[in-house]
Amino acid sequence: MTGAAGVPGGRTDGLSIQTRGLTKRFGQQVAVDSLDLAVPSGAVFGFLGPNGSGKTTTIRMLLGLAAASEGTVKLLGREMPGSFQDVLPRVGALVEGPAFYPFLSGTANLHRLDAAGRHADPGTRTARVARALERVGLGHAAGKRVHAYSLGMKQRLGIANALLSRRELLVLDEPTNGLDPQGTREVRNLVRSLAADGTTVFVSSHLLAEVEQICTHAAVMSAGRLVAQGPLAELRRSGSSRIRLVTPDPGPASSALARLGLEPVPGPVQPDGDVVTAALASSNTGAGRAAPEDIVAELVKAGVRVRGFAVERESLEDRFVELTGEGFDVAQ
Amino acid sequence: MLPNSLPAEAPSPRAPEAGTRGAGLSLLRSEIAVLFRRRRTWALLLALAAIPILIAVAVRVSSAVPPGRGPAFLDRITQNGLFVAFTAMLVSVPLFLPLTVGVVAGDTIAGEANLGTLRYLLVAPAGRVRLLLVKYAGALAFCLAAPLTVALAGAAIGAALFPVGPVTLLSGDVIQPPEAALRLLLIAAYLAVSLAGLSAIGLFLSTLTVVPVGAMAATVVLSVVSQVLDQLPQLEWLHPWLFSHYWLGFGDLLRQPVMWDSFVSNGLLQAGYVAVFGALAYGRFVTKDVLS
Repeated sequence: MTGAAGVPGGRTDGLSIQTRGLTKRFGQQVAVDSLDLAVPSGAVFGFLGPNGSGKTTTIRMLLGLAAASEGTVKLLGREMPGSFQDVLPRVGALVEGPAFYPFLSGTANLHRLDAAGRHADPGTRTARVARALERVGLGHAAGKRVHAYSLGMKQRLGIANALLSRRELLVLDEPTNGLDPQGTREVRNLVRSLAADGTTVFVSSHLLAEVEQICTHAAVMSAGRLVAQGPLAELRRSGSSRIRLVTPDPGPASSALARLGLEPVPGPVQPDGDVVTAALASSNTGAGRAAPEDIVAELVKAGVRVRGFAVERESLEDRFVELTGEGFDVAQ
Repeated sequence: MLPNSLPAEAPSPRAPEAGTRGAGLSLLRSEIAVLFRRRRTWALLLALAAIPILIAVAVRVSSAVPPGRGPAFLDRITQNGLFVAFTAMLVSVPLFLPLTVGVVAGDTIAGEANLGTLRYLLVAPAGRVRLLLVKYAGALAFCLAAPLTVALAGAAIGAALFPVGPVTLLSGDVIQPPEAALRLLLIAAYLAVSLAGLSAIGLFLSTLTVVPVGAMAATVVLSVVSQVLDQLPQLEWLHPWLFSHYWLGFGDLLRQPVMWDSFVSNGLLQAGYVAVFGALAYGRFVTKDVLS
């Protein structure tokens, strides 16, 4: 990305976050399993996965809050957690929801957290805090105790905290949690404008629509493993498409499709015939590589009455469900 | 515009150096400000201030205390209001001071973990060792404020309700009120030192849990256990090693000239506890996974 060119920190590889074999075990349970994450500088990177898939644990390891059982983390080109003093001042973070001192005002909370950083300049603190509060639309509530804040206001305050200084990398864990539609849109715009300035944004989310709208890259986690990673367009493309056939002859159709190496799945009966679907391979190798027009020709040759034929491309949601499994069960 | 809004500014080798000295202290300032801005801290200090007030009012409204009954110095209050402060400090040593210090010390790390602010302090980045030191310094500030509150409230209420005059020391010498006030401050300092070890224990316990009440209760219980053990003659060999052993030893500060022996012994003992439990807290906190 052009915005990141010439950013200091010696990121010759052009990656803002890089993990190698990152693993976290809690006793017997493997929460994160040899993760190889590569977040290009300047990207808006969506980090997807169902609840309990290890997203937050990964973020904790990235930021040095939890130690990795195995593997390495490089943030902005430096080893973490070893170089945290150099790296973290350049990283803004919202980790697992906002957390503040309820008995302090929004302003006092930000002053406190800013004072915690050794490199933050006390001289500009008041101005920076005010500016961050304005930026998230909390200027009017700055003097109120956080105790009186709504969840959405706390979330905004959390984002303001991440924006206290000029950052090269923002790590936002579920940034739109608890926000109203208006707030969600503001966050999206904020992320876009930060990305336009060259800031790399790493957003974890389980909201696909959100990721689809703002991200340039994405990674999908499932049960502690990385199941997909890359530019969003590529992820969508690599999602396999499938054919959907409507015919009164499901039996011959299935055998014809099977001859082509496809795996037909009988679908519901419709007024004009049975539905048969079959996945088309995503790659250029392996079974089911036949072109759609060849499939139709083959079907007709086999005497199948084709009443409807379509190639359906997967939505990101289909792709997501395909990668992470369906249902409400939290991945173990 | 702000210097920070310029790209490439933050990590440059020179900029942090310039701000390090002043900024290094800002966390400590912030810690102490947050501690003493909390209503809970004020409630604790007010409860401590209530002790001398209760004593003074009780003595004022009741008939004369027969000599030798009640806590030491109690019978002298009617003649000299300054003894309210001495009595109150003596009374608050076994339970009230350890209780309040236990609350503050037990809250240090566990309280932040419980609020979730610990992760944001560490990401700021505060640095784990620095945060631990600042937290302990905050607890020490409270250790100083607590006995000082008792002393000042005692002196104030004593002067309000009773005459103030020369004080007869344990050695029989007589000192004037200004010097007596100095002795009061000296005792407050003695008690602050006495509580340093307990604070270090509370700090360590606080790194073990995300439930601050647990760490607070454990700290207070330990202070009681230590005092109980100190009473058992069978464990006499252990007594000099108990952190509460010298807690009531400030009588030596009420002699002329001041005997510093117990002050020094107490200081060494507390320093030992600070070293041991500080090291334990360090060992635990530096490697701890912050998952709250």
